Amino acid sequence: MSELSVNHLLGIKYITKEDIDLIFKTADHFKEVINRPIKKVPSLRDITIANLFFENSTRTKLSFELAEKRLSADVINFSAAASSVKKGETLIDTVNNILSMKVDMVVMRHPNPGAGIFLSKHIDACIINAGDGAHEHPTQALLDSFSIRERLGEVAGKKVVIVGDILHSRVALSNIYALKLLGATVKVCGPKTLIPKHIESLGVEVELDIRKALQWCDVANMLRVQNERMDISYFPSTREYTQQYGVNKDILQSLDKEIVIMHPGPINRGVEITSDVADSGQAIILDQVQNGVAIRMAVIYLLASKIKQ
Amino acid sequence: MSQKVLLNAVEVNIILNRLACQLIENHEDFIDTVLIGIQPRGTFLAERLKKLLVEEYNIEAVKLGYLDITFYRDDFRRNEKILEANTTQIDFVVENKKVVFIDDVLYTGRSINAALTAIQSFGRPLEIELLCLIDRRFRRHLPIQPNYRGRQVDAINEEKVKVSWVENDGEDSVFVVNT
Repeated sequence: MSELSVNHLLGIKYITKEDIDLIFKTADHFKEVINRPIKKVPSLRDITIANLFFENSTRTKLSFELAEKRLSADVINFSAAASSVKKGETLIDTVNNILSMKVDMVVMRHPNPGAGIFLSKHIDACIINAGDGAHEHPTQALLDSFSIRERLGEVAGKKVVIVGDILHSRVALSNIYALKLLGATVKVCGPKTLIPKHIESLGVEVELDIRKALQWCDVANMLRVQNERMDISYFPSTREYTQQYGVNKDILQSLDKEIVIMHPGPINRGVEITSDVADSGQAIILDQVQNGVAIRMAVIYLLASKIKQ
Repeated sequence: MSQKVLLNAVEVNIILNRLACQLIENHEDFIDTVLIGIQPRGTFLAERLKKLLVEEYNIEAVKLGYLDITFYRDDFRRNEKILEANTTQIDFVVENKKVVFIDDVLYTGRSINAALTAIQSFGRPLEIELLCLIDRRFRRHLPIQPNYRGRQVDAINEEKVKVSWVENDGEDSVFVVNT
């Protein structure tokens, strides 16, 4: 057991618990590396990686680019807004043009679910999914579970509630897969309109009352309401959403235990969580960001090791 | 597969004492010296030498760290086997210190070459020396030689030199294994 069972990271659905354990073990070493005075290792000096972002991103793009540079890979960046995609080029054509410049690995974010899977069937390069529509965001789920493991010792047996816009969230789906694989119990909580039908078939429970959910859990992962993906109104107003599902200091203090607060970012302060919660010692939001670099280094390193010379 | 004993426990012990004395000759009180065991197998030798220096030769200030060179190796993607990392633990400043790399077997020199790059991530040492228990001659790929060697061995390429330690393998010994 020292290599991944897959050649691409398209989603948590396609990997095993052993894969996650290997990624975490490798990320432990990279976390030590990125805390050294010189934070760079030469492993990937003969690998070129293209970051293809067909959708906006700040954290994930920076995190991937930093991870790639820390591994000494050559990096090229592409964002759809400033490209020939606007002129009508297809995804395969765009990617094949980039690959003909001898690129070994592609990190792709795309608004369409399944874009990574589609691409993996048509090109030879190794693909890492950095978020495909409302489908999956595997590296976010890995860094979330890695952060839980770091804070609470292990993920198995822990109770995690994912709060908010589950319907439009790739983070929620990937997190559910990862947490279940690692042996956690998962509940989702949010307005009924933002919880997909049949989500129980993934082995999670639905809780509509935020207080009950928080009282039950060890970890609450607060998601952002994704207004940009909403074609209709799913709740009456942001104010009402905040009153019903927002987490503030008063709610946390009314619980009889201290729970861990997570957020994948970007935070809408005052909507899903208040500033005093986001900046409190219970929140591990910035740890998640730091762990994101280590996790992405591990994923890239392990996938790159499978690229034949 | 046949194997012959190169060094038994008594001989290993004599060599360890000699190596400790040679280190003291050059580094005296070890105030400006740090020992770095190269992961994975160099750590046993490094721990043993530290123990000797502290307990037998009453040197208190011996600093020991472990350096993993996996991410600095030059054979990434060139091996069938995927390279698995070990823990790096260096809890002191390497800047301006005399560093002694400690490894069990010196063969091609490529691990030490990687270690020379890796240690730079922790600062600029004043100087770097190399100590090894077994020095396999005639198979060096790089111009790297030890400053302190336990025993020089002329083994052919098909042979493997295996170092066992009480802590890990039940006994102190060195074998030449014919594969």
